[in-house]
Amino acid sequence: MASLKDLRNRISSVKATQKITKAMEMVAAAKLRRAQEAAEAGRPYAHRIDRVMAALGAKVGHDEGAPRLLVGTGRQDVHLLLVATAERGLCGGFNSNIVKRAVQDIDALLGEGKTVKILCVGRKGFDILKREHGDRMIKGSPVDLKHVKRIGFAEAEAIGRQVLDLFEKEEFDVCTLYFSEFKTVVEQKPTALPLIPAKIPDSEAAEKPSAGAESAYEYEPGEAEILDDLLPRNVMTQIFRALQENAASEQGARMTAMDNATRNAGDMIDRLTLEYNRSRQAQITSELIEIISGAEAL
Amino acid sequence: MSELFRFELVSPEKLVLAADVQQVRVPGVEGDMGILPGHAPVMTSLRPGVLEVVTRSGNDKRFYVRGGFAEIDPTRLVVLAQQTIDLEELDKSHLDQEVKNLEEDVADAKTDGQKVKAEFALDRLRELQEALDL
Repeated sequence: MASLKDLRNRISSVKATQKITKAMEMVAAAKLRRAQEAAEAGRPYAHRIDRVMAALGAKVGHDEGAPRLLVGTGRQDVHLLLVATAERGLCGGFNSNIVKRAVQDIDALLGEGKTVKILCVGRKGFDILKREHGDRMIKGSPVDLKHVKRIGFAEAEAIGRQVLDLFEKEEFDVCTLYFSEFKTVVEQKPTALPLIPAKIPDSEAAEKPSAGAESAYEYEPGEAEILDDLLPRNVMTQIFRALQENAASEQGARMTAMDNATRNAGDMIDRLTLEYNRSRQAQITSELIEIISGAEAL
Repeated sequence: MSELFRFELVSPEKLVLAADVQQVRVPGVEGDMGILPGHAPVMTSLRPGVLEVVTRSGNDKRFYVRGGFAEIDPTRLVVLAQQTIDLEELDKSHLDQEVKNLEEDVADAKTDGQKVKAEFALDRLRELQEALDL
Protein backbone atom coordinates (compact mmCIF):
# COMPACT_ATOMS: atom_id res chain seq x y z
CA MET A 1 0.00 0.00 0.00
CA ALA A 2 1.21 3.45 -0.94
CA SER A 3 2.54 5.50 1.94
CA LEU A 4 0.94 8.77 2.94
CA LYS A 5 3.77 10.75 1.46
CA ASP A 6 3.44 8.98 -1.90
CA LEU A 7 -0.25 9.77 -1.98
CA ARG A 8 0.36 13.42 -1.15
CA ASN A 9 2.90 13.66 -3.94
CA ARG A 10 0.54 12.10 -6.45
CA ILE A 11 -2.29 14.41 -5.51
CA SER A 12 -0.16 17.49 -5.98
CA SER A 13 1.18 16.27 -9.32
CA VAL A 14 -2.32 15.56 -10.65
CA LYS A 15 -3.38 19.00 -9.47
CA ALA A 16 -0.54 20.55 -11.45
CA THR A 17 -1.57 18.61 -14.54
CA GLN A 18 -5.14 19.73 -14.10
CA LYS A 19 -4.06 23.36 -14.04
CA ILE A 20 -2.24 22.89 -17.34
CA THR A 21 -5.13 21.17 -19.10
CA LYS A 22 -7.52 23.81 -17.79
CA ALA A 23 -5.30 26.57 -19.15
CA MET A 24 -4.99 24.81 -22.51
CA GLU A 25 -8.74 24.48 -22.70
CA MET A 26 -9.20 28.19 -22.21
CA VAL A 27 -6.53 29.08 -24.74
CA ALA A 28 -8.14 26.71 -27.25
CA ALA A 29 -11.53 28.32 -26.62
CA ALA A 30 -10.13 31.77 -27.38
CA LYS A 31 -8.32 30.54 -30.48
CA LEU A 32 -11.40 28.68 -31.62
CA ARG A 33 -13.44 31.81 -31.63
CA ARG A 34 -10.87 33.58 -33.76
CA ALA A 35 -10.56 30.64 -36.14
CA GLN A 36 -14.30 30.45 -36.49
CA GLU A 37 -14.55 34.14 -37.29
CA ALA A 38 -11.86 33.77 -39.93
CA ALA A 39 -13.65 30.80 -41.48
CA GLU A 40 -16.88 32.74 -41.49
CA ALA A 41 -15.26 35.76 -43.13
CA GLY A 42 -13.86 33.59 -45.90
CA ARG A 43 -17.20 32.14 -46.82
CA PRO A 44 -18.49 34.85 -49.20
CA TYR A 45 -15.46 34.49 -51.44
CA ALA A 46 -15.65 30.71 -51.62
CA HIS A 47 -19.37 30.90 -52.21
CA ARG A 48 -19.03 33.30 -55.13
CA ILE A 49 -16.16 31.38 -56.68
CA ASP A 50 -18.39 28.32 -56.55
CA ARG A 51 -21.13 30.21 -58.29
CA VAL A 52 -18.94 31.44 -61.11
CA MET A 53 -17.45 27.96 -61.43
CA ALA A 54 -20.90 26.50 -61.78
CA ALA A 55 -21.90 29.01 -64.43
CA LEU A 56 -18.74 28.57 -66.47
CA GLY A 57 -18.27 24.87 -65.84
CA ALA A 58 -21.72 24.09 -67.17
CA LYS A 59 -20.92 26.03 -70.31
CA VAL A 60 -17.42 24.97 -71.16
CA GLY A 61 -17.12 21.74 -69.21
CA HIS A 62 -18.33 19.49 -72.00
CA ASP A 63 -16.29 20.95 -74.82
CA GLU A 64 -13.49 19.01 -76.39
CA GLY A 65 -10.76 21.41 -75.46
CA ALA A 66 -11.89 22.01 -71.89
CA PRO A 67 -9.04 22.77 -69.48
CA ARG A 68 -7.47 19.73 -67.90
CA LEU A 69 -7.89 21.12 -64.42
CA LEU A 70 -11.60 20.71 -65.03
CA VAL A 71 -11.83 17.43 -66.92
CA GLY A 72 -8.65 15.72 -65.75
CA THR A 73 -5.90 14.09 -67.76
CA GLY A 74 -8.15 11.32 -68.96
CA ARG A 75 -6.32 8.84 -66.75
CA GLN A 76 -6.82 7.81 -63.15
CA ASP A 77 -3.51 6.09 -62.53
CA VAL A 78 -1.58 8.36 -60.25
CA HIS A 79 -3.30 9.85 -57.23
CA LEU A 80 -1.97 12.68 -55.15
CA LEU A 81 -3.34 12.86 -51.64
CA LEU A 82 -3.04 16.20 -49.96
CA VAL A 83 -3.40 15.49 -46.26
CA ALA A 84 -3.88 18.54 -44.08
CA THR A 85 -3.44 18.08 -40.34
CA ALA A 86 -2.32 20.14 -37.36
CA GLU A 87 1.16 21.09 -36.27
CA ARG A 88 0.50 20.18 -32.68
CA GLY A 89 -0.91 17.28 -30.79
CA LEU A 90 -3.02 17.09 -27.65
CA CYS A 91 -6.19 17.59 -29.58
CA GLY A 92 -7.94 14.28 -29.16
CA GLY A 93 -8.50 12.22 -32.26
CA PHE A 94 -8.26 15.19 -34.61
CA ASN A 95 -5.05 14.26 -36.41
CA SER A 96 -5.52 10.52 -36.34
CA ASN A 97 -9.07 10.79 -37.68
CA ILE A 98 -7.93 12.69 -40.75
CA VAL A 99 -5.08 10.25 -41.29
CA LYS A 100 -7.38 7.29 -40.82
CA ARG A 101 -9.69 8.66 -43.50
CA ALA A 102 -6.73 9.11 -45.84
CA VAL A 103 -5.25 5.67 -45.11
CA GLN A 104 -8.59 4.09 -45.89
CA ASP A 105 -8.45 5.64 -49.36
CA ILE A 106 -4.76 4.86 -49.79
CA ASP A 107 -5.42 1.18 -49.13
CA ALA A 108 -8.36 1.16 -51.51
CA LEU A 109 -6.35 2.84 -54.26
CA LEU A 110 -3.36 0.56 -53.78
CA GLY A 111 -5.72 -2.39 -53.91
CA GLU A 112 -6.84 -1.21 -57.33
CA GLY A 113 -3.23 -1.09 -58.43
CA LYS A 114 -2.96 2.70 -58.64
CA THR A 115 0.06 4.73 -57.74
CA VAL A 116 -0.31 6.90 -54.66
CA LYS A 117 1.65 9.99 -53.80
CA ILE A 118 1.21 11.91 -50.58
CA LEU A 119 1.79 15.53 -49.72
CA CYS A 120 1.30 16.37 -46.07
CA VAL A 121 0.45 19.78 -44.72
CA GLY A 122 1.25 19.88 -41.03
CA ARG A 123 3.76 17.92 -39.04
CA LYS A 124 1.44 15.59 -37.15
CA GLY A 125 -0.13 13.81 -40.08
CA PHE A 126 3.29 13.44 -41.63
CA ASP A 127 4.65 11.79 -38.49
CA ILE A 128 1.87 9.22 -38.48
CA LEU A 129 1.85 8.56 -42.22
CA LYS A 130 5.58 8.27 -42.76
CA ARG A 131 5.76 5.07 -40.74
CA GLU A 132 3.80 3.08 -43.27
CA HIS A 133 3.86 5.24 -46.36
CA GLY A 134 7.17 7.06 -46.03
CA ASP A 135 8.22 6.05 -49.53
CA ARG A 136 5.10 7.59 -51.03
CA MET A 137 5.76 11.04 -49.63
CA ILE A 138 6.71 13.49 -52.32
CA LYS A 139 9.35 16.18 -52.04
CA GLY A 140 8.33 19.16 -49.98
CA SER A 141 6.32 17.10 -47.53
CA PRO A 142 5.41 18.09 -44.91
CA VAL A 143 4.54 21.69 -45.66
CA ASP A 144 5.53 23.41 -42.45
CA LEU A 145 2.99 25.82 -41.00
CA LYS A 146 4.39 25.83 -37.52
CA HIS A 147 5.39 29.45 -37.56
CA VAL A 148 2.22 30.65 -39.16
CA LYS A 149 0.15 32.28 -36.46
CA ARG A 150 -2.86 32.88 -38.57
CA ILE A 151 -3.57 31.11 -41.82
CA GLY A 152 -3.57 33.66 -44.63
CA PHE A 153 -4.31 33.22 -48.28
CA ALA A 154 -0.58 33.37 -48.97
CA GLU A 155 -0.04 29.96 -47.36
CA ALA A 156 -2.82 28.40 -49.38
CA GLU A 157 -1.44 30.06 -52.49
CA ALA A 158 2.00 28.54 -51.92
CA ILE A 159 0.59 25.06 -51.44
CA GLY A 160 -1.71 25.48 -54.42
CA ARG A 161 1.20 26.59 -56.58
CA GLN A 162 3.15 23.50 -55.58
CA VAL A 163 0.24 21.22 -56.47
CA LEU A 164 -0.37 22.98 -59.79
CA ASP A 165 3.30 22.75 -60.75
CA LEU A 166 3.22 19.03 -60.13
CA PHE A 167 0.08 18.73 -62.20
CA GLU A 168 1.64 20.59 -65.09
CA LYS A 169 4.59 18.23 -64.96
CA GLU A 170 2.09 15.38 -65.14
CA GLU A 171 3.23 13.96 -61.84
CA PHE A 172 -0.30 12.91 -60.99
CA ASP A 173 -3.76 12.58 -62.54
CA VAL A 174 -6.12 13.03 -59.64
CA CYS A 175 -5.73 15.12 -56.52
CA THR A 176 -7.79 14.76 -53.38
CA LEU A 177 -7.66 16.96 -50.33
CA TYR A 178 -8.12 15.56 -46.82
CA PHE A 179 -9.09 17.80 -43.96
CA SER A 180 -11.48 17.98 -41.06
CA GLU A 181 -14.71 19.80 -41.57
CA PHE A 182 -15.87 21.90 -38.64
CA LYS A 183 -19.42 20.93 -37.76
CA THR A 184 -19.70 21.95 -34.15
CA VAL A 185 -17.24 22.38 -31.32
CA VAL A 186 -17.60 18.73 -30.38
CA GLU A 187 -18.03 17.34 -33.87
CA GLN A 188 -15.42 17.40 -36.60
CA LYS A 189 -15.83 15.36 -39.70
CA PRO A 190 -12.81 14.11 -41.65
CA THR A 191 -13.57 14.87 -45.27
CA ALA A 192 -12.12 14.05 -48.67
CA LEU A 193 -12.53 16.74 -51.29
CA PRO A 194 -11.71 16.17 -54.96
CA LEU A 195 -9.42 19.01 -56.01
CA ILE A 196 -8.28 18.03 -59.49
CA PRO A 197 -10.20 17.47 -61.65
CA ALA A 198 -12.38 20.15 -60.15
CA LYS A 199 -15.78 19.17 -58.95
CA ILE A 200 -18.27 21.48 -60.57
CA PRO A 201 -20.68 22.73 -57.94
CA ASP A 202 -24.23 21.72 -58.52
CA SER A 203 -25.62 24.21 -60.98
CA GLU A 204 -29.05 23.81 -59.42
CA ALA A 205 -27.67 25.29 -56.25
CA ALA A 206 -26.00 28.13 -58.07
CA GLU A 207 -27.92 31.35 -57.96
CA LYS A 208 -29.14 32.80 -61.17
CA PRO A 209 -27.91 36.26 -61.98
CA SER A 210 -30.17 38.68 -60.17
CA ALA A 211 -33.53 39.79 -61.48
CA GLY A 212 -33.88 40.66 -65.11
CA ALA A 213 -30.49 39.29 -66.01
CA GLU A 214 -31.61 36.01 -67.43
CA SER A 215 -29.52 36.67 -70.47
CA ALA A 216 -26.10 35.07 -70.33
CA TYR A 217 -23.06 37.03 -69.30
CA GLU A 218 -20.75 38.47 -71.79
CA TYR A 219 -17.21 37.37 -71.08
CA GLU A 220 -14.17 39.52 -71.30
CA PRO A 221 -11.69 38.40 -72.59
CA GLY A 222 -13.38 35.01 -73.30
CA GLU A 223 -14.96 32.17 -71.44
CA ALA A 224 -11.98 29.88 -71.88
CA GLU A 225 -9.51 32.54 -70.70
CA ILE A 226 -11.55 33.35 -67.63
CA LEU A 227 -11.87 29.69 -66.82
CA ASP A 228 -8.11 29.26 -67.20
CA ASP A 229 -7.66 32.04 -64.70
CA LEU A 230 -10.38 30.77 -62.42
CA LEU A 231 -9.43 27.12 -62.08
CA PRO A 232 -6.05 27.59 -60.37
CA ARG A 233 -7.69 30.19 -58.19
CA ASN A 234 -10.36 27.71 -57.30
CA VAL A 235 -7.74 25.14 -56.24
CA MET A 236 -6.17 27.69 -53.91
CA THR A 237 -9.51 28.79 -52.57
CA GLN A 238 -10.44 25.21 -51.74
CA ILE A 239 -7.12 24.68 -49.99
CA PHE A 240 -7.54 27.91 -48.10
CA ARG A 241 -11.02 26.93 -46.99
CA ALA A 242 -9.76 23.51 -45.90
CA LEU A 243 -6.97 25.06 -43.87
CA GLN A 244 -9.40 27.38 -42.17
CA GLU A 245 -11.84 24.59 -41.40
CA ASN A 246 -8.92 22.59 -40.09
CA ALA A 247 -7.78 25.41 -37.84
CA ALA A 248 -11.23 25.73 -36.31
CA SER A 249 -11.63 21.95 -35.99
CA GLU A 250 -8.25 21.59 -34.34
CA GLN A 251 -9.08 24.11 -31.66
CA GLY A 252 -12.52 22.60 -31.17
CA ALA A 253 -11.03 19.14 -30.80
CA ARG A 254 -8.38 20.41 -28.43
CA MET A 255 -10.97 22.20 -26.33
CA THR A 256 -13.05 19.04 -25.98
CA ALA A 257 -10.02 16.88 -25.27
CA MET A 258 -8.71 19.27 -22.64
CA ASP A 259 -12.13 19.58 -21.05
CA ASN A 260 -12.21 15.79 -20.68
CA ALA A 261 -8.69 15.75 -19.35
CA THR A 262 -9.53 18.38 -16.75
CA ARG A 263 -12.56 16.42 -15.64
CA ASN A 264 -10.59 13.18 -15.46
CA ALA A 265 -7.94 14.88 -13.39
CA GLY A 266 -10.67 16.13 -11.04
CA ASP A 267 -12.03 12.60 -10.62
CA MET A 268 -8.57 11.29 -9.96
CA ILE A 269 -7.91 13.93 -7.33
CA ASP A 270 -11.17 13.02 -5.58
CA ARG A 271 -10.26 9.35 -5.57
CA LEU A 272 -6.74 9.93 -4.33
CA THR A 273 -7.91 12.33 -1.62
CA LEU A 274 -10.38 9.74 -0.38
CA GLU A 275 -7.67 7.10 -0.28
CA TYR A 276 -5.31 9.49 1.46
CA ASN A 277 -7.83 10.33 4.17
CA ARG A 278 -8.67 6.69 4.67
CA SER A 279 -5.11 5.59 5.15
CA ARG A 280 -4.44 8.54 7.43
CA GLN A 281 -7.43 7.55 9.56
CA ALA A 282 -6.32 3.89 9.53
CA GLN A 283 -2.91 4.90 10.76
CA ILE A 284 -4.33 6.99 13.59
CA THR A 285 -6.66 4.17 14.59
CA SER A 286 -3.87 1.62 14.69
CA GLU A 287 -1.69 3.97 16.77
CA LEU A 288 -4.54 4.44 19.22
CA ILE A 289 -5.06 0.68 19.49
CA GLU A 290 -1.37 0.26 20.27
CA ILE A 291 -1.46 2.88 23.01
CA ILE A 292 -4.67 1.51 24.54
CA SER A 293 -3.53 -2.10 24.49
CA GLY A 294 -0.18 -0.96 25.92
CA ALA A 295 -1.99 0.79 28.80
CA GLU A 296 -4.21 -2.24 29.42
CA ALA A 297 -1.21 -4.53 29.73
CA LEU A 298 0.08 -2.58 32.69
CA MET B 1 -29.33 61.77 -55.94
CA SER B 2 -28.44 59.40 -58.68
CA GLU B 3 -29.41 55.78 -58.88
CA LEU B 4 -27.61 53.25 -56.74
CA PHE B 5 -26.60 49.65 -57.21
CA ARG B 6 -25.17 46.96 -55.00
CA PHE B 7 -21.41 46.64 -54.88
CA GLU B 8 -19.41 43.96 -53.09
CA LEU B 9 -15.65 43.70 -52.88
CA VAL B 10 -14.62 40.27 -51.66
CA SER B 11 -11.19 38.93 -50.82
CA PRO B 12 -10.48 35.35 -49.72
CA GLU B 13 -10.04 36.49 -46.15
CA LYS B 14 -13.09 38.66 -45.80
CA LEU B 15 -15.87 40.69 -47.31
CA VAL B 16 -14.02 43.96 -47.69
CA LEU B 17 -16.87 46.20 -48.67
CA ALA B 18 -20.57 45.75 -49.29
CA ALA B 19 -22.53 48.88 -50.00
CA ASP B 20 -24.94 50.62 -52.32
CA VAL B 21 -22.89 52.85 -54.57
CA GLN B 22 -23.28 55.24 -57.48
CA GLN B 23 -20.41 54.21 -59.67
CA VAL B 24 -17.39 51.92 -59.71
CA ARG B 25 -14.38 51.99 -61.97
CA VAL B 26 -12.97 48.50 -62.44
CA PRO B 27 -9.52 47.79 -63.87
CA GLY B 28 -10.41 45.03 -66.34
CA VAL B 29 -7.82 43.18 -68.41
CA GLU B 30 -9.05 44.88 -71.54
CA GLY B 31 -9.21 48.35 -70.08
CA ASP B 32 -10.91 50.18 -67.27
CA MET B 33 -14.64 49.94 -67.06
CA GLY B 34 -16.91 52.50 -65.46
CA ILE B 35 -19.88 50.64 -64.04
CA LEU B 36 -23.18 52.40 -63.51
CA PRO B 37 -26.54 50.92 -62.55
CA GLY B 38 -28.16 48.94 -65.36
CA HIS B 39 -24.93 47.73 -66.91
CA ALA B 40 -25.19 44.74 -69.24
CA PRO B 41 -24.11 41.45 -67.63
CA VAL B 42 -20.38 41.02 -68.08
CA MET B 43 -17.75 38.90 -66.49
CA THR B 44 -14.21 40.14 -66.72
CA SER B 45 -10.80 39.31 -65.33
CA LEU B 46 -8.94 42.00 -63.47
CA ARG B 47 -5.50 43.34 -64.03
CA PRO B 48 -3.59 44.65 -61.01
CA GLY B 49 -4.71 48.20 -60.57
CA VAL B 50 -6.81 50.68 -58.72
CA LEU B 51 -10.51 50.24 -58.25
CA GLU B 52 -12.48 53.42 -57.58
CA VAL B 53 -15.81 53.50 -55.87
CA VAL B 54 -18.17 56.46 -55.74
CA THR B 55 -20.26 55.78 -52.67
CA ARG B 56 -23.79 56.84 -51.90
CA SER B 57 -22.70 60.13 -50.38
CA GLY B 58 -20.50 60.85 -53.39
CA ASN B 59 -17.24 60.12 -51.56
CA ASP B 60 -14.48 58.34 -53.37
CA LYS B 61 -12.95 55.21 -52.05
CA ARG B 62 -9.93 53.68 -53.71
CA PHE B 63 -8.63 50.14 -53.47
CA TYR B 64 -5.68 48.43 -55.00
CA VAL B 65 -6.82 45.04 -56.32
CA ARG B 66 -4.82 42.18 -57.74
CA GLY B 67 -5.84 38.90 -59.29
CA GLY B 68 -9.47 38.08 -59.66
CA PHE B 69 -12.50 39.06 -61.64
CA ALA B 70 -15.63 41.12 -61.62
CA GLU B 71 -19.13 39.88 -62.11
CA ILE B 72 -21.40 42.59 -63.40
CA ASP B 73 -25.13 42.55 -63.89
CA PRO B 74 -27.71 45.32 -64.04
CA THR B 75 -28.36 45.52 -60.32
CA ARG B 76 -25.17 44.26 -58.83
CA LEU B 77 -21.40 44.22 -59.10
CA VAL B 78 -19.28 41.64 -57.34
CA VAL B 79 -15.51 41.95 -57.45
CA LEU B 80 -13.52 38.93 -56.34
CA ALA B 81 -9.93 39.91 -55.75
CA GLN B 82 -7.16 37.80 -54.39
CA GLN B 83 -5.57 40.79 -52.74
CA THR B 84 -7.11 44.12 -51.82
CA ILE B 85 -5.51 47.09 -50.15
CA ASP B 86 -7.43 50.13 -49.02
CA LEU B 87 -5.40 53.01 -50.39
CA GLU B 88 -6.29 55.21 -47.46
CA GLU B 89 -4.25 52.89 -45.29
CA LEU B 90 -1.29 53.07 -47.59
CA ASP B 91 1.14 55.90 -47.76
CA LYS B 92 3.60 56.53 -50.51
CA SER B 93 6.80 57.10 -48.58
CA HIS B 94 6.13 53.93 -46.62
CA LEU B 95 5.80 52.04 -49.87
CA ASP B 96 9.04 53.47 -51.24
CA GLN B 97 10.79 52.38 -48.07
CA GLU B 98 9.41 48.86 -48.43
CA VAL B 99 10.62 48.66 -52.01
CA LYS B 100 14.07 49.78 -50.91
CA ASN B 101 14.16 47.16 -48.15
CA LEU B 102 13.21 44.44 -50.56
CA GLU B 103 15.81 45.53 -53.09
CA GLU B 104 18.41 45.12 -50.35
CA ASP B 105 16.95 41.71 -49.50
CA VAL B 106 17.33 40.61 -53.09
CA ALA B 107 20.94 41.76 -53.10
CA ASP B 108 21.70 40.10 -49.77
CA ALA B 109 19.83 36.85 -50.35
CA LYS B 110 22.03 33.88 -49.50
CA THR B 111 19.97 31.06 -50.93
CA ASP B 112 18.05 30.86 -54.18
CA GLY B 113 14.83 30.31 -52.28
CA GLN B 114 15.23 33.55 -50.35
CA LYS B 115 16.10 35.43 -53.49
CA VAL B 116 13.10 34.19 -55.43
CA LYS B 117 10.85 35.05 -52.52
CA ALA B 118 12.21 38.58 -52.18
CA GLU B 119 12.08 39.18 -55.93
CA PHE B 120 8.50 37.99 -56.00
CA ALA B 121 7.52 40.37 -53.23
CA LEU B 122 9.40 43.16 -54.94
CA ASP B 123 7.56 42.60 -58.22
CA ARG B 124 4.29 42.83 -56.37
CA LEU B 125 5.21 46.14 -54.82
CA ARG B 126 6.47 47.55 -58.12
CA GLU B 127 3.14 46.63 -59.67
CA LEU B 128 1.46 48.48 -56.88
CA GLN B 129 3.66 51.54 -57.37
CA GLU B 130 2.93 51.60 -61.08
CA ALA B 131 -0.78 51.32 -60.49
CA LEU B 132 -0.67 54.25 -58.10
CA ASP B 133 1.30 56.49 -60.40
CA LEU B 134 -1.25 56.17 -63.15
